[in-house]
Amino acid sequence: MLDAEAIARALRRMAVEIAERNGGAGQVALVGIRRGGVPLAARLQALLKELEGRAVPVGSVDITLYRDDAATALPNPLIGRSEVTFPVEAYTIVLVDDVLYTGRTVRAAMDALLDYGRPRAIQLAALVDRGHRELPIAPDYVGRVLPTAPEERVEVRLVPDAPVDEVLVGRR
Amino acid sequence: MSATAPVRHLLGVEDLAPREIVQYLDTAEVFFEVSRRKVRKVPTLRGKTVINLFYEASTRTRTSFEIAGKRLSADVVNISVSTSSVTKGECLLDTVKNLEAMRPDVIVLRHPASGAPNFVTQHTRAGVVNAGDGTHEHPTQALLDAFTVRRAKGRIADLVITIAGDIAHSRVARSDAMLFTALGARVRLCAPRTLLPVGIERYGVEVHDDLPRAVEGADVVMMLRIQRERLTEALIPTTREYSRKFGLNARMLARAKPDAIVMHPGPMNRGVEIDPEVADGPRSVILDQVEAGVAVRMAVLYLLAGEAGQSPLS
Repeated sequence: MLDAEAIARALRRMAVEIAERNGGAGQVALVGIRRGGVPLAARLQALLKELEGRAVPVGSVDITLYRDDAATALPNPLIGRSEVTFPVEAYTIVLVDDVLYTGRTVRAAMDALLDYGRPRAIQLAALVDRGHRELPIAPDYVGRVLPTAPEERVEVRLVPDAPVDEVLVGRR
Repeated sequence: MSATAPVRHLLGVEDLAPREIVQYLDTAEVFFEVSRRKVRKVPTLRGKTVINLFYEASTRTRTSFEIAGKRLSADVVNISVSTSSVTKGECLLDTVKNLEAMRPDVIVLRHPASGAPNFVTQHTRAGVVNAGDGTHEHPTQALLDAFTVRRAKGRIADLVITIAGDIAHSRVARSDAMLFTALGARVRLCAPRTLLPVGIERYGVEVHDDLPRAVEGADVVMMLRIQRERLTEALIPTTREYSRKFGLNARMLARAKPDAIVMHPGPMNRGVEIDPEVADGPRSVILDQVEAGVAVRMAVLYLLAGEAGQSPLS
């Protein structure tokens, strides 16, 4: 659905929007939601550096411990590590995810982030918005809106984990 | 009596495959990070109930389990014998049956009888954690010791780990010896002959009755106290004599590797098995062990509470 060039264009536009909306990137920090959001946060950081000439702080959160189905989904043997090493109080934090779907992951990620402190604000960036929200959550920055059916699967593949950058939609 | 779905318990290191040990340690790394955050609490076990049932005195272990449960948002109830119906003569079975009726998800048990946690699993749907049973096992202590060594040394395989003290009465020594051996370390156990259990060699460990030789070239030196409450006969001469031959002081520690670390599961008898200069020295990781204890017990509660309490007793 999206090739490497379309992904690059979308990310560049998102970086520009992040800088515009926040009056530069001076007080912006990026936090990728593990695992899909982490490489995208790194790419947005690189793009913001091209635009603004400075590297904004980047972190990551793992939402396993904050899932609203934790009690039934447990035990999940693989919990990733969260890394937020900057003082969140000083920043407007842009949460970054690859695919925005029900919104439950974002809800959990916000809870996780708030346990590190009280950010000035939290904004949301997603490369793909596939619809079907189950919570009142809306993105601030979207790469591409992709209307999908619930039974479809949206997969974001990125270098270096995949040979080329691409977004695929397929049957489950 | 058997449950329809297997409930996960942690009864001893003896039942654990190396893969499971590593799963506990890796999961604990995540909770170690949680415990150093500004808000040291995650909502994961909201609505779950953990009962700490302690039939023996404990400061560290009970507090550690309590904090671990609370940092996971579980409801934690502490029962210690001195304030419970046990003083009115209630037996372990009746106590457990009554607790079971209150639907706990995890029961953490410390008991003077070896095998008591195993017995409890037959009468509850909850996951059962052995927090020390008689002279048998203390698996969460072994896990936190391994966690501490792994963080300090970066690995466990091929390390020389010396455990010295009252080996005969120490469930910590048993659990540690099995766990470190399972992960590929070379374990040396050292004690006066009277405090070495018969057949200890079968755990694949070296056995010593001479501390200088046991400490020589070690990467880790772990000291254990004399368990006076379990000594029924005169197995050691005098405290001073014991300390002279089996106490760890700076001169003795100099025989270990230059970067060797010093461990002690507590409670310490300063000046007996360990010199204060060593216990408080730069190579001591004794308080790191205590910090690791909370993370490891969070991992244990997390991995047990998920499946527990959902299968009916049949």
